[in-house]
Amino acid sequence: MAAPRVLPRLDSDNRFFWTSGAAGELRLLRCQDCGTFIHPPRPVCRHCLSEKVAPEAVAGTGIVDTFTVNYQEWRPGLEVPYVIARVAIDGAPGVYLTTNIVGCPVDAVQIGDRVRVKFEQQGEVFLPLFEKFA
Amino acid sequence: MAAADAYITGIGQSEIGVRLRRAPLLLTLDAVREALTEAGLTIGQIDGVSTYPGRAAAYLGFSPIGADELIDALGIRARWYCGGLEISSQLGAVVAAAMAVRTGQARHVLCYRTVYEAAAMARPDEYPPMRRETVDGYSQWFTPFNAFSAANWTAQYAMRHVKRFGLTREQLAQIALIDRANAMRNPRALVREPLTMEQYLAARMISTPLCLFDCDRYSDASTVLIVSAGNALDEVACTPIRIAAMAGTVERHSWDQAEWMACYATGADLWKQTDYKPADVDTVQLYDGFSFQALAWLEALGFCGLGEGGKFIEGGRRIALDGELPLNTFGGQIGAGRLHGFGFAHEGVLQLRGRGGERQIPGDPRLAVCTSGGGPLATALLLARD
Repeated sequence: MAAPRVLPRLDSDNRFFWTSGAAGELRLLRCQDCGTFIHPPRPVCRHCLSEKVAPEAVAGTGIVDTFTVNYQEWRPGLEVPYVIARVAIDGAPGVYLTTNIVGCPVDAVQIGDRVRVKFEQQGEVFLPLFEKFA
Repeated sequence: MAAADAYITGIGQSEIGVRLRRAPLLLTLDAVREALTEAGLTIGQIDGVSTYPGRAAAYLGFSPIGADELIDALGIRARWYCGGLEISSQLGAVVAAAMAVRTGQARHVLCYRTVYEAAAMARPDEYPPMRRETVDGYSQWFTPFNAFSAANWTAQYAMRHVKRFGLTREQLAQIALIDRANAMRNPRALVREPLTMEQYLAARMISTPLCLFDCDRYSDASTVLIVSAGNALDEVACTPIRIAAMAGTVERHSWDQAEWMACYATGADLWKQTDYKPADVDTVQLYDGFSFQALAWLEALGFCGLGEGGKFIEGGRRIALDGELPLNTFGGQIGAGRLHGFGFAHEGVLQLRGRGGERQIPGDPRLAVCTSGGGPLATALLLARD
């Protein structure tokens, strides 16, 4: 039995992000005035200071910007190795998600790989993990 | 000597160990005593205190002694003090102190960093570990993906260097090899055993490309730096070391949203504040909680170009104790222990005073760069002996 993940505490800023997987969508906050995507989500645009921000669905695909294969068992029961990656999100310039690349051997991940979201549900939280696709 | 200049005068350090029994307040006192003795000052002449990050109530081992507690415990009559986490990394506490003495808020500021992480892990009843059912703030973007450690975050920057610029393990190894070689000449260093390339290459991985020897480890220790005003130097017995320039920047605090580690902006900013050039520098003491951070600092400070760090340190000759740019002559955090930032400035001062003993660099060093941080936070000090 793998050690359970430590989950985010949901609040009014982040709830949409962590639950959007229930609808099978990856959503990011976007400024409705200037179009900038805002991540981490906060109720103000970091580009134009507009408060007109709202979640919008993105394609759910991206590119591996960089990654690491973690071998250290940081907590008892943690199953290693696994891939941690920084994924540049398609359609949302400047937004990156730290995530895990799943569904392939750890040595099969490279910078530049095309990946798409694969949600892992734990309670009401849907963690956006990613897997490679051709 | 103008009041407008700030100097590091007394420096002190406790023993460096793991699972020490001596109380963290008393380790701090050991470092304070050594610094006062060296500077020829008494505790009554200290009128300011500065620290990073202050008392960390949720995780006491990380920082067990707050500035207000130290002021009270040692009977310091402080006119000015500060301690906090939201500053440009550990040596930001020295930057704050320098600004305080330059504006007349204090004459002699005691700056300190006390760490007790190894002892705290061994005595969880006294020092409860941080317990988290859920995470919020910045942690929520890393921890749910089992990216628990700064090792994981730093490793991803290092991997980009591997893939984009061809950084090899043999090149990166030079940081740990130099650290461990220098630590052999530092009587206080935590790890005083040699490390070979073969051992490095055979080490288990922590988070690729970082192996066990690329990481510092929890230590118990205290380091003190006294920052004095230029017009208070007549009270000081030791050779004052001038803070010739200082810089501290924050990238986006979310590590994963920042394109580059904050050291790059900080390194560039440092040289805008001085007529000195990288070629004038005699030694560098660069943050190496993870080896790659020191390599990135070399690039950030302009000793080589972006992506050229691996080639720059290849073979290790250039950064050795008798090389053209001696690096982390006390052993860095990988060799001397996780002093968390302050050890680099302590060593810079020691070398510029010619007090390095067995590890003293040759010649007549007059200029050192000392840094802390490297991820989303970074601070750089240019230290000069006039």
